[in-house]
Amino acid sequence: MKLKGREATLDDLDWQILSLLQENAKQTYTEIGNKLNIAHSTVYDRIQKMEDFGLIRKYEVVVDEEKTGIPLITAQMTITTDPKETESIAKKLTRFDQVLELSTSFSQEIVILAKVIAHDQGELHSFIAKSIAPLPGVLRIRTAIVTKKYKEERFNLSSRENASKKRNNL
Amino acid sequence: MTVSYSRALRSVLREEAFYFFTSIGNYTGQSAASLDEFLQKIKDIDIKSLEFHLFREDFEKWIAQTLGDNRLAEEIKVLRGQKVVGNALRDRVYFIVSRRLKELKSTSAPK
Repeated sequence: MKLKGREATLDDLDWQILSLLQENAKQTYTEIGNKLNIAHSTVYDRIQKMEDFGLIRKYEVVVDEEKTGIPLITAQMTITTDPKETESIAKKLTRFDQVLELSTSFSQEIVILAKVIAHDQGELHSFIAKSIAPLPGVLRIRTAIVTKKYKEERFNLSSRENASKKRNNL
Repeated sequence: MTVSYSRALRSVLREEAFYFFTSIGNYTGQSAASLDEFLQKIKDIDIKSLEFHLFREDFEKWIAQTLGDNRLAEEIKVLRGQKVVGNALRDRVYFIVSRRLKELKSTSAPK
């Protein structure tokens, strides 16, 4: 990994290490080294650099909520905002534990997109009515409760390699 | 039954206002921070919102707990029991609230 100001340039080996870590972050440096035919110390050094730089932000456990037995509902919210207040509203919303994801979008109006969780519909409504609707600049809220999830993945680094190969073939 | 007329007629803080929704989590963008404002909103708010809040007992809770007017809350509760819907509901809520508002204003007016 080479640093250029606040950006890093990764070589193929870095990408391969990241891709393997994304598949299974619990594997050892030796296991990764064996898969890539390199020394475990090389794997260690490269991972250490990426951690220090903040390129690898954290290692996390992905829990299947349904199997925990805790009743939870997920909702996708679209919050239409006064453009002058969007930033301030978004920052306030990030402080709530119920808000899992938050982003802004612009189509005809500026909106905040949020994924929120609650134990039941009553709790969800109460949270929105008491904590979100009163925020200055909130113009409208649309909420859709998720009934069934068909897919949930993060960006897969191996798809980057495939895209790169495709580009080279063209 | 005692009612603090000034409490029932005051404007409340933004976080204590009534926020009109049409269903769980779907906020219309309309709110009322006083009984006066509540009455004005009832005239034009989506009828779905009136039905949603009446069914959930939200009106009577806000009127009793925030404005402290148990008598008006009780009248709304009775209306809920009558299962009125649509524009008939709008007319009935408007009538009940406007009548009470007049009464409160006349009682609290300096003599």
